[in-house]
Parts: sequence; structure tokens; C-alpha cells
Amino acid sequence: MCLGIPGKVIELYKTNGMQMARIDFGGVIKEACMEYLPDVKVGDYTIIHVGFGLSILDEKEALETMDLLKQIDALGSEEGTAV
Amino acid sequence: MKYVEEYRDADLTGKLLSDLRRAVTQPWTLMEVCGGQTHSIIKSGLDEMLPQEITLIHGPGCPVCVTPLELVDKAIALAMRPEVIFTSYGDMLRVPGSERDLFAVRAAGGDVRIVYSPLDALKIAKDNPKKIVVFFAIGFETTAPANAMAVVQAKAQNIQNFAVLVSHVTVPAAIRALMESPDVRVDGFLAAGHVCTVMGYWEYEPLAAQYRIPIVVTGFEPVDLLHGILMCVQELEAGRQEVRNAYARSVTREGNRPAQAVIQRVFEICDRAWRGIGVIPQSGYRLRPEFALYDAEQRFPDVQAIETRESPLCISGLVLQGIKKPVECKAFGKECTPERPLGATMVSSEGACAAYYRYGRLAAKGKS
Amino acid sequence: MSTQKLNLLGWTCPVPLQNYPTIVMGHGAGGKMMADLIQHLFAAAFDNDLLAQMGDATAFDLPAGQVAFTTDSFVVSPLFFPGGDIGELAVNGTVNDLAMRAARPLVLSAGFILEEGLPMETLGRIANSMAAACKKVMVKIATGDTKVVQKGHGDGIYINTSGIGVIPKGVNVAPDRARPGDALLVSGSIGDHGIAILSVREGLTFQTEIQSDTAPLNGLVDAMLVVTKDIHCMRDATRGGLAAVLNELASASRVGIEFDEKKVPIRVEVNAACEMLGLDPFYVANEGKLVAVVPAEHAEAMVAAMRAHPLGQDAAIIGQVVAEHPGLVTSRTSIGGKRVVDLPTGELLPRIC
Repeated sequence: MCLGIPGKVIELYKTNGMQMARIDFGGVIKEACMEYLPDVKVGDYTIIHVGFGLSILDEKEALETMDLLKQIDALGSEEGTAV
Repeated sequence: MKYVEEYRDADLTGKLLSDLRRAVTQPWTLMEVCGGQTHSIIKSGLDEMLPQEITLIHGPGCPVCVTPLELVDKAIALAMRPEVIFTSYGDMLRVPGSERDLFAVRAAGGDVRIVYSPLDALKIAKDNPKKIVVFFAIGFETTAPANAMAVVQAKAQNIQNFAVLVSHVTVPAAIRALMESPDVRVDGFLAAGHVCTVMGYWEYEPLAAQYRIPIVVTGFEPVDLLHGILMCVQELEAGRQEVRNAYARSVTREGNRPAQAVIQRVFEICDRAWRGIGVIPQSGYRLRPEFALYDAEQRFPDVQAIETRESPLCISGLVLQGIKKPVECKAFGKECTPERPLGATMVSSEGACAAYYRYGRLAAKGKS
Repeated sequence: MSTQKLNLLGWTCPVPLQNYPTIVMGHGAGGKMMADLIQHLFAAAFDNDLLAQMGDATAFDLPAGQVAFTTDSFVVSPLFFPGGDIGELAVNGTVNDLAMRAARPLVLSAGFILEEGLPMETLGRIANSMAAACKKVMVKIATGDTKVVQKGHGDGIYINTSGIGVIPKGVNVAPDRARPGDALLVSGSIGDHGIAILSVREGLTFQTEIQSDTAPLNGLVDAMLVVTKDIHCMRDATRGGLAAVLNELASASRVGIEFDEKKVPIRVEVNAACEMLGLDPFYVANEGKLVAVVPAEHAEAMVAAMRAHPLGQDAAIIGQVVAEHPGLVTSRTSIGGKRVVDLPTGELLPRIC
């Protein structure tokens, strides 16, 4: 259901009227369709599933969550510093 | 790889496990819906590292596993036709039909090809005008936008020698069916992160309210899984039953609107049979009438499934609902192995049985 | 890969080879056409005194001592891939099988099954590739065979190579010699070859710098024997990858094997490709890597000696042999968990899920 992996958009172009991109998966480059990510820009990280981009990864959100996970005190969660 | 390695960090995992141990005060049973999550949990050994109070049961989130036998038999029948090039995602090739699998059809001379993307199948159709390319469009909502786009493009580019054999299933109806079943006892759900990337998570709010269970949208890497489990346990310990998001870097409440629009344009909701479970109402997609030309079942009405036969030993259905664990099956590891699978949960690398066999044989001795 | 052009001059056949841009059935029929092919393509490329005997069998003296004998067939598709071709594989693969018993390669045989329609130019390139690979290792192709099958009955070309080598005195490397306490070493990064092949396979194309790691390992093995003659086991990790080899060793020696996933060298791009395709790098094929089992006291010196050799620069100690769970291979995962690393089942399928 779910093999979606993160990849970086390095080029955007159109083929047959469809918005396509070249995606860099850590050194391996493959084409993917960006029709579902109309706001995507070169440099964005996206989740790619069976050759289609499904989301643009929110870096700010990711960093905030990471910080929270590294700090979380489970006992503190009662008071609302929930994960 | 960015956005991957940091979510497999051993130190952070260790820390989250301690947080979990402190948060838990009583036993809780959680179900992870998605086969990809099951695979990741067992491959990383996470299931054996959780506190004793947490039991994870594995849900039916494996589209390969739940594709009905009748449809697999139809796929095989289509693949054997000389005018057909049958294309599919790799996982489906080993799924046993009543008599054989798609691999065997290929060995017997059928033109069966693995594709990475549905657009590849479309290209094969363009390159082979004298053949009909049939694409096995399976999946949950995650894969529906991709499968839908192939149909949209086929119509737009007037590619007539292309048809899809649809086997789409949806998660919310499955959760409802599981909660309605008297045999299933689940305290909370870990919802599938990439299904929700497409569909958002607003559909789960009525379910959480009606069945009074927390549902947490969860990713796939060990850190993401622990984050989701921790969030779910916090809800349970606090007596709350909210829908929460532990995969916010990819998932928003409303989901991917353009993708949902194309799904709605191409598909309509229908009842679907889930292999091993039965018909779940309003749990699948079928092509809308205006795309009938691209519906393989309508293009080939004479392709009848041969009399379908499930192995009497196989308890896939019970495993998919989390009622039994793979190790509780009498045939597990004996008559049924990945080399000679009796059911889809042993064939698909996302299936719980395959995951247990592959990675977890030792788990049978310790905590199961 | 060699770019030496075929010498199409000076043939005496009434229907000269240069009139045949592709292989036809006659080239396997045992008559003048076949003789021409052998003389002007194969013998010209392989060029050595043993092959020049041109008998039904080649006669030569064997040095004294224990001899190793192996055979392997090569059916890779596509024939040419990043980092190599089927010819190079055919030579290196058999040289490596000999090297895994610590045998110095002496002679090879080469049997070809050619598909009608195979371009002569392609066959010439492959033969030259084999010749270059042999020269590197100083091994001779002493005898060969050619058959032609009808179009549609072969992937262009299949090659079988057999090899004879000589094992030095006092050395006994065998699959059943692993003992609890032994150290487990690997000579370098895994998964390169399989990913290089997949990157050019129909339907899965992706761009990458990854090349096949095909290489002859006998030089590396010689360097390892200098550290100690008491190497217990060696296997080259070809089809089925690292996982297949570890399982075979555990089974043959009736021991358990445990390794740390984080210690196994894997190139970043190979990892990325495996993620993308949903493959497990431990199951992906290699063509120039070996796994060695050595007594623990020699492990550090051994890995240092390997790293000093060009083909062992990324060598690492990845685990140990244990008495527990005989026949089973387990690993410590990246998060510190434990899992069984089973034998691969059937063909490696890219996942969607």
C-alpha cells in the first residue's frame, strides 16, 4: 500500500502535457509525475509512490517534530506537552 | 538518504522506547493497518523491543493479500491470452490463483511484465499497437491517484489498446468492518501514513467518535512508528479518543486535493470482496461508466474465473483481521512457506505471514 | 571493456566470415563456417599455446598438489551493462570460484551457445573482453565449444566456463570449517552488481553511477593467505547476495551466524536504489566480493591486509560465528533490534507496498 520514499526534485519539465520531474533518491535518479503537486519547486523533497509525487515534505514540520521527539518527557505529556 | 536515516536512529529509538515504557500503565492492543508498517516493524525487530503491555496486531492493509481469488484467476486467464500483454506491480506475480500464479503463466509463454509505474504500462500500450495491454490496478487509496492517471491519460491520448483490471480497496470501511466484528478486539489504530497523505484524515474522525477509539496517522520508519504508538498510548492512558497525526511532515487533515479530484473523476465507491474476509460494503473503487472502454472486466466479458479454490488449510482471513497470529496457523512453516505459499499473506512481502517467516522465527520462542 | 576491432582480413573460407554480419545456423554446424569462426574470432582473441593444439581435447601437465575444479554458466541480460559484460563475468566468475578454495587459476574452458542472429560485432566484443580478463589473471582458455540455436531459443549468447586451479599446500578452505568464535569478514560494498543490472533492465530504468563490481579475487586471496594460511571459509557472494552465502555457510558448518547490519559496507547509491525498489541489499547480487570466516585472533590483521589491496579497500569485520541457532543467520538491525536473515525465495521482486 505504501512504499513511498522521499526524493529531491532536481528538474521539472512537461511530457505529453503532464508535469514531470527528475527525482534524486540519494544518488539514484528516476523520473516521476508531479501532476498531483502543482506547487512543487526544484529543491523540494517529495514522497514518491509508483512513479507519482504524493506530498511535498514539510521541512519545518519535520524539524519541529524531531526536536519534540528528542525532548519529550512522557510524564510531562499529561500537562499538554503531547508528542 | 535525507528523511530516511534520521528516522532509523538507534539512540532516538531507544529514547522513545523509554518514553513509552514510562507512559504505559496497563495493557493496550493496537492495530497497524498497513502492510508496509507490519513489514518495517518486524524487519527492524521493533515488535520485540516494545514494552510487554503493548500488543501490536497486524491489519488487512496489504492490497496484494486482500485481492479476491476470483480476480487473481481472471488476471491469470487474461495473461494467458495471446493478444494480451499483462502488466502488473511486482508483488502480484507470486500470488497463487486457484491453479497457478502469474509467474507460471510467464514461464508458459504468456507476456507478463513487471512495471514500476502505471504510466510504464501505458507506454507499453503505445509501443505495441497490435496488442492489448491490461494493467492490474491494485492498491489502497495511496495507489489510486497513479492508477487513475493512467486511465485519464489513456483517454486524453486516445490510446485504445489499454485496459485496467481494478482491485482497489479503501481503509475507513475496513476499520468499520473490523470494529463491527465481535472477534476483533482493538484499543487503538495506527492509520496508514501514505493512504492519509492522499486522503487526509478527516474521514477517521467519525470512526473515532462512533467506536470511541483513538486513531493515529503513522509513518513507516522505526522512529515514526514509535511516535505513532506513543501518541496512541497517550490518548488511551488519558481516556481520550482523538484522531491525531504523527506523520505531519507528509500528512495534512485535508490530504492531497488534486489527487482526490482525479480519483473521484475516474472511480466511484462500490462494495468489494476482501480475500479471506468477505464483502465489505462501500470498501472499494470501480471505474465510472464513462471509462468503461478501459475496464478490463467489461472489455473481456467472456473471461470467466475458473472455479475458485482456496486452500482449506489457509487462515489468511483471520490473520488479516488480527484474530490470529501467523505462528498460530497449523500450516505455518510446514505446508505453507514463501516457496510454496497457500495464501496471499505468505506470498506478499507485506503479508504478516511472510514477514513472520522471513524475520521473526525467533519471535515464536520469546514474546509473540 | 576492449575496443579492439575484429581482424576480418586473410580468411580462406569460400564464404568468408566478413560476409556474415550475424551468426547463422551454419556457424555451429561443424564445417568450414564454424572453423572460420573459431579460427578468426575465438582463437584470435584467446591466442595461447594450449588452445593452438586445436584437438578435441587439450593435453597438458598438471603441477603436483591438490587441484580445484569448478564450472559456472552465464546467462545475464543485458549482455553489456555498466561496469562490464557477460564475457568478463564468465572469466571472473569462474576464477573467483577457484579463488574461494584458495586455488590459483590455471586453465579455463569456454562453451558458447549462440543464438542465430547475434551480431558478429557483439560476439567479437565479448570474446575480446574475455581475453582481456584472462590476461589480467594470467589464465589460459585452453579449450572451447560452439553451438548455435535457432532464433528465439536463447538470449543472444550463453557462456559456460569451467576452471582448474591449484591449491597451495597446507591450505584447506571449505564451507564446513566455520567454528563458533570465528570472525566474519566481507571484502567490500555489497549490492553493486545487482543494482547496476537492474538500472538497465527493461521497465525499471533509472540513472545511477553504480557499476558492476565484477573483478577477479585471486590476487586479494593471495594477500589474505599471507596473513594466515588458516582461513576457514571463503565464498563469493553472487546470486542471492550476502544473505544466501551466510545461510549456506551456517548450514554447511552447522553453526549460527550473527552480523551487525550497520557494519556491512553499502554504497549510498545502492541503498537509495534498494529503497526505491523495495529491495533488501543483503539479497542483491555481487560479482567481485567475498565473505571470509577466519579465526578471531587473525581478524584485525586480515581486514588490514584486505584494505591494503585495491579490491578490498572497504573490507570490514561484520560479525561472528556462534554456537547458538545452528543453521540460522540473524542480524542486529539499525535500531538495535534482532531479525532472522533468511535464504532468499525465488526471484527478487520490486515491491510497491
